[in-house]
Amino acid sequence: MADLFLFWVMAPISVLSAGAMILARNAVHAALLLIVNFFTLAVFFLILGSPFLFVVQIIVYAGAIMVLFLFVIMLLGAAPEVPLAERIKGQRWIALALGAGLVAEVTAAVRLGVGLHRTNLPDFTKVNEGGNVQALSKVLFNSYFFPFEVTSVLLIIAAIGAMIHGRRRMSEEETIDVPLAQEVAAG
Amino acid sequence: MRTPISYFLLVSALLFTMGTVGVLIRRNALVIFMSIELQLNAVNLALVAFSRQNGNLTGQVLAFFSMVVAAAEVVVGLAIIVSLYRKRRSADVDDASLLRG
Repeated sequence: MADLFLFWVMAPISVLSAGAMILARNAVHAALLLIVNFFTLAVFFLILGSPFLFVVQIIVYAGAIMVLFLFVIMLLGAAPEVPLAERIKGQRWIALALGAGLVAEVTAAVRLGVGLHRTNLPDFTKVNEGGNVQALSKVLFNSYFFPFEVTSVLLIIAAIGAMIHGRRRMSEEETIDVPLAQEVAAG
Repeated sequence: MRTPISYFLLVSALLFTMGTVGVLIRRNALVIFMSIELQLNAVNLALVAFSRQNGNLTGQVLAFFSMVVAAAEVVVGLAIIVSLYRKRRSADVDDASLLRG
């Protein structure tokens, strides 16, 4: 019963913080709301029997990734977004209509595939025997050992790519002189 | 556990849709990137929920891999946004309108 209560506490926070994030004018507010959302997702992982992903979600997402985001926002300056003429007419309403269609479609898929109120779930204590981390490591280092090793190559390539992009080229310091979208809209 | 798995899937669907709408309506490249992170997390939630439903840990392993890939993606994406900002003095996606560097 406790998990149902926890779900109904966390689900509204999760959905509202996500909704507020896409509407927030200020990029810093958006980042902070996204951190709230990541914490609620971490609690969902805990309810679903995965304490390992609960911890990883908080350390990697709410910790490392969002700090990186806030760092870049501070670097670029957190100017609030100025509303200006849309490049495509009615883009906002088309986006909302398509979003509503996507929700309807996925809800129908969940209803057909899983059923909206089915609760007869398998016993997860046997799967998590000896601890979730131990059980997960048995799967990870037996069946998925090769993908795990490939991941290390991916991380090295990402680090090198970020260094190459972030490098300041001494000869190409000048910026490109084409009017910005805001100036075009202002006429 | 008394919560039906479908509730988690529906929350996941809502979060994914909000991420999609965020990508479509926002212009700040950083906020668009955050919306993409939201989409990735929504899919992670669905993966873990399916793992619970099927009674094995493969879904959790896949969610773990997707977190690692997301971390790598954020590093490269933010570096691209910073170098774009250096060129145009703007993080607006409407300003990334030239093919030359």
